[in-house]
Amino acid sequence: MEFLERFAVPHPSIAIYASMVAIGLTMIAIVAGLTYFKKWGYLWREWLTTVDHKRIGIMYLISALLMLFRGGVDAIMMRAQLSAPENTLLDAQHYNEIFTTHGVVMIIFMAMPFIFALMNFVVPLQIGARDVAFPRLNALSFWLFFMGAMLFNISFVIGGSPDAGWTSYFPLAGNEFSTSVGTNYYMLAIQISGIGSLMTGINMITTILKMRAPGMTLMKMPMFTWSSFIANVIIVFAFPVLTVALAMGTMDRLFGTQFFTMENGGMDMLWANLFWVWGHPEVYILILPAFGIYSEVISTFSRKNLYGYKSMVASMVVISLMSFLVWAHHFFTMGQGALTNSIFSITTMAIAVPTGVKIFNWLLTMWKGKIEITTPMLYSLLFIPLFTLGGVTGVMLAMSAADYQYHNTMFLVAHFHNVIIPGVVFAMLAGLTYYWPKMFGFMLNERIGKWTAWLLSIGFLLAFMPMYITGLDGQARRMYTYSEATGFGPLNMISFVGAIIMAVGFALIVYNVYYSTRYASRDIGEDPWDARTLEWATHNPVPEYNFAVVPEVRSSEALWDAKKHGHVLFKDRNYKKIHMPNNSGVPFIMSLIFFVWGFSFIFSLWIPAILATIGILVCMAHRSFEQDHGHYISVEEIEETETKMRGAK
Amino acid sequence: MKRKWMALSIIFAIATFLTGCEPLLVLDPKGPQAARQAQDIMLSIGIMSIIVLVVFAMLIFVLFKYRASKQSPDYEPPHMEGNIWVEAICVGIPVIIVAYLSFVSVQSNYIVEATPQGYEEKEPLVIYASSSNWKWHFSYPEENIETVNYLYIPTDRPLEFKLYSHGPITSFWIPQLGGQKYAMSDMITTLHLAADAPGEFMGRNANFSGKGFAENTFEVTAMSPTEFVEWVDEVQETAKPLTEEKFDELIEPGHLGRMTFTGTHLDFMPPPEGHNHGSSHADESIEDSHSEHEGDHSNH
Amino acid sequence: MKIDHSLPLEYSTDQNQYNILGFWIFLGAEIMLFATLFATYFTLANRTGSGPSGAEIFEITPVLIETLLLLTSSFTIGLGIHAMRLGNKKAMLSFFSITLLLGLAFLGVEIYEFIHYVHVGAGIQTSAFTSILLTTLGTHGAHVTLGLFWGLFIILQVKKRGLTPQTANKSFIFSLYWHFLDVVWIFIFSFIYLKGMM
Repeated sequence: MEFLERFAVPHPSIAIYASMVAIGLTMIAIVAGLTYFKKWGYLWREWLTTVDHKRIGIMYLISALLMLFRGGVDAIMMRAQLSAPENTLLDAQHYNEIFTTHGVVMIIFMAMPFIFALMNFVVPLQIGARDVAFPRLNALSFWLFFMGAMLFNISFVIGGSPDAGWTSYFPLAGNEFSTSVGTNYYMLAIQISGIGSLMTGINMITTILKMRAPGMTLMKMPMFTWSSFIANVIIVFAFPVLTVALAMGTMDRLFGTQFFTMENGGMDMLWANLFWVWGHPEVYILILPAFGIYSEVISTFSRKNLYGYKSMVASMVVISLMSFLVWAHHFFTMGQGALTNSIFSITTMAIAVPTGVKIFNWLLTMWKGKIEITTPMLYSLLFIPLFTLGGVTGVMLAMSAADYQYHNTMFLVAHFHNVIIPGVVFAMLAGLTYYWPKMFGFMLNERIGKWTAWLLSIGFLLAFMPMYITGLDGQARRMYTYSEATGFGPLNMISFVGAIIMAVGFALIVYNVYYSTRYASRDIGEDPWDARTLEWATHNPVPEYNFAVVPEVRSSEALWDAKKHGHVLFKDRNYKKIHMPNNSGVPFIMSLIFFVWGFSFIFSLWIPAILATIGILVCMAHRSFEQDHGHYISVEEIEETETKMRGAK
Repeated sequence: MKRKWMALSIIFAIATFLTGCEPLLVLDPKGPQAARQAQDIMLSIGIMSIIVLVVFAMLIFVLFKYRASKQSPDYEPPHMEGNIWVEAICVGIPVIIVAYLSFVSVQSNYIVEATPQGYEEKEPLVIYASSSNWKWHFSYPEENIETVNYLYIPTDRPLEFKLYSHGPITSFWIPQLGGQKYAMSDMITTLHLAADAPGEFMGRNANFSGKGFAENTFEVTAMSPTEFVEWVDEVQETAKPLTEEKFDELIEPGHLGRMTFTGTHLDFMPPPEGHNHGSSHADESIEDSHSEHEGDHSNH
Repeated sequence: MKIDHSLPLEYSTDQNQYNILGFWIFLGAEIMLFATLFATYFTLANRTGSGPSGAEIFEITPVLIETLLLLTSSFTIGLGIHAMRLGNKKAMLSFFSITLLLGLAFLGVEIYEFIHYVHVGAGIQTSAFTSILLTTLGTHGAHVTLGLFWGLFIILQVKKRGLTPQTANKSFIFSLYWHFLDVVWIFIFSFIYLKGMM
């Protein structure tokens, strides 16, 4: 009994018990369904063991959408709790857990996999490659992310959720003030998925540097590939910092080290520094691929090439370098003095310049274009004004003396949602809609799509604009309640209404997927958007080998070249057998062991922890000894697939 | 162009709201530091609004002019590489704006990190503000009194808050007097404030510190220097001394109402030795805060 | 698998080239990892709390022995790769074995060193300084330990499968890893031990 007690939720409520039942029932339903429809083999062969970058991309996408809803429910609960003064829907403890998991889920388990989904799916196609450089590693990255996400998500039914904020500042997150295992979940789940992210970074950089189609020099890469490249370079340099910080946090909590403690020399602000040395570049890891998506979409639907390609690339390089030089603006109020604050204030404002360049370049791309407002374009057009609002409030926050007044308030909350939602989330939804036909061979419904975009924008404005005001009126973030006398009530009610509208918008996305799956035409051809870049030069959905013949390109808009200027993409029409990597179950199994490993550490179960560690090492040893030379797709098979997809040609 | 209308009407609604209701705390300063910050905020809102308007105008223009529906079907948009001059303008103007704001920002940094302007000649009142879960302890070493969860301050005199924490990181914030600063367990930070006029202000911990965070507030009363002296005298006469046992009891997690003591906990539980130096001024003042405050601050 | 015979064996296929570039990028990440540990070490080096300082616990003899062992092993693995390029499997295997033995000896001395620290009251829980000291050294030590297993696997594979593009590629990458650990150690030696003892 005593052994089992540690798994109990320290602060239960009806909602948590209900979730336990719901999770249990869902799992039973999934297992029963798979058994009944005899889909276990299919699931294993086609998905769990796949190393195909497109399938991994799709799995990232599904996970990201699931996590979006998990984080969204958290958001709705928070806004509901704050919609009226002295509300008692949630108590302080639950509110703290919810905003903590909301932040972690949305950044680490929603936004990250969403960009990985698009990168995985699109980048190899955009550069004309057959897969990524390390397909097996790619599968491992995905499964590590997935297991990390699952580990984090079981926290609220087993042992209790983390409750120290997504920033998890010490000493609050230390043993003295966070006694439940919640923060252990934070440390280990993020660690596991962070290792996956780091490996994706290595994988993508190698892919982009080494596997581009003939003729595609670096400066002829499509903009999304450029943005992914830069984002992955940032990942490789930023994530190790998080790895170390999390490892030290874990050791403080489990092994009694003194990194961030309050005695024996421990230094609480060290955590804040390390966290943000990773955390700020992380913001640009998310936003740069988003910029890449907007560049593709805006150029496609303006029917015009991207304006200022070179300055776009240059601005991203500058942003990536500067993203490592601004971290202290997250704690101007730490008291590091006027000089330090001035330096970081200037670097932070300076980073607005390259970002501004991009906004102007998009506007100039549309200038003299032929703008067609499709759903992805609508997201991009809504992004420009909304993101500009977020950007300028960012410049306001960068003024460190004034930041003493914005810091830790709803103003800040409004600002970062104002950049992340129109910036990252809209981009991901634009990308989702834009690449949906590439993934599944049919289009999402445009009408529902546009409704979604409008609802999300209106909901967004209602939810977050009031926060700028309450922030300036002294409403601190992370307060679970406030008194009537503060006068925050009406504005928070507007926020709640906005959050509901956004929820409707997100629900419409699901409905759109359902509706379009049932009713949309499957006959969309190869180029439904009249696009410009190389990924649209193959079939929809994409065959396993991507391109039957390796394309040759001569500009960043290879397909446009082919369509308008008679460039021949596929010179050699004779198919040759194609070498492809083999599927493997090891990444999945290894990640599963990582899950056990993380879980054992969270609950200080040392024997399973040691066994799991050995298991991980055995998987690595297995990989070392394994001889896997992949397999070939024969010419006949290629011909068959091509004929089927193209219609006899 | 529904969207533009909507955005504009919302901004308009916000503006109406801003002017219609009571002024927002941060934009209703009652001290020189808060005034400087409010001035910076309004300045940046002004400049930023221009940028927002320019971007919005450009967007509306291209959307009106270059919609596919407004053009002949055989219009082929031209191929355009970047133009060095256009891009120089796109970089140049933001650089000028950012440079100007940086200039203001740096200036303000040195102002808020020093004795408030106009108060340099006066002797500062030093108050140690330390937080415990979820309370604030205010120690007045010169007056030799200590309060919990409420703060009496004289007007017309610079205030030097020495901040630290007995637990998680907190942030000491009185929006109407000036911006916040962190209180941490292993170092002292210094916050310079002053109140221009008597009044009651809201003060709170702005940095999340656990379960009782929402209620971690305190009341600030600014009064004339004579009233302040009277209050100090009254406390000296009526309040009980703060003992070590009592203080250990106080810093246990929980909430307390207003409390008043004679003596300070600094005598038996000295503040952390490390300090994050704000400026050379802060350095010196910490050194002599350990001895008596002789009023040599007027040199600065 | 296309094999390009004009290139050294370890670079001879596309996948081999990807592997080597990928590993260099991984080493970039490793540099960040150790850089973070060093930055933390410098921040916490004087925060000894009630525990001892570096000058009080560092001993020059084991550190010099460790340095000597690791530097030599870096040299021998270089010779191993040279032998591999010449196609001399036997010499390569001998040099790899010597490298691993030197690594093992290094690890032995490091374990002795750790026991010594705990013995003089500088355990991982003592102070912020000892925590980061032992974590930094321990991270390097864990890398060496992992490297010993990895190196052993490679020796077994080369023995069994001969020098193929795959085994040559793995051996070469392993040598990069081993050199990297040596470089990290030089930093540890200079900025932790020498600086601490001065």
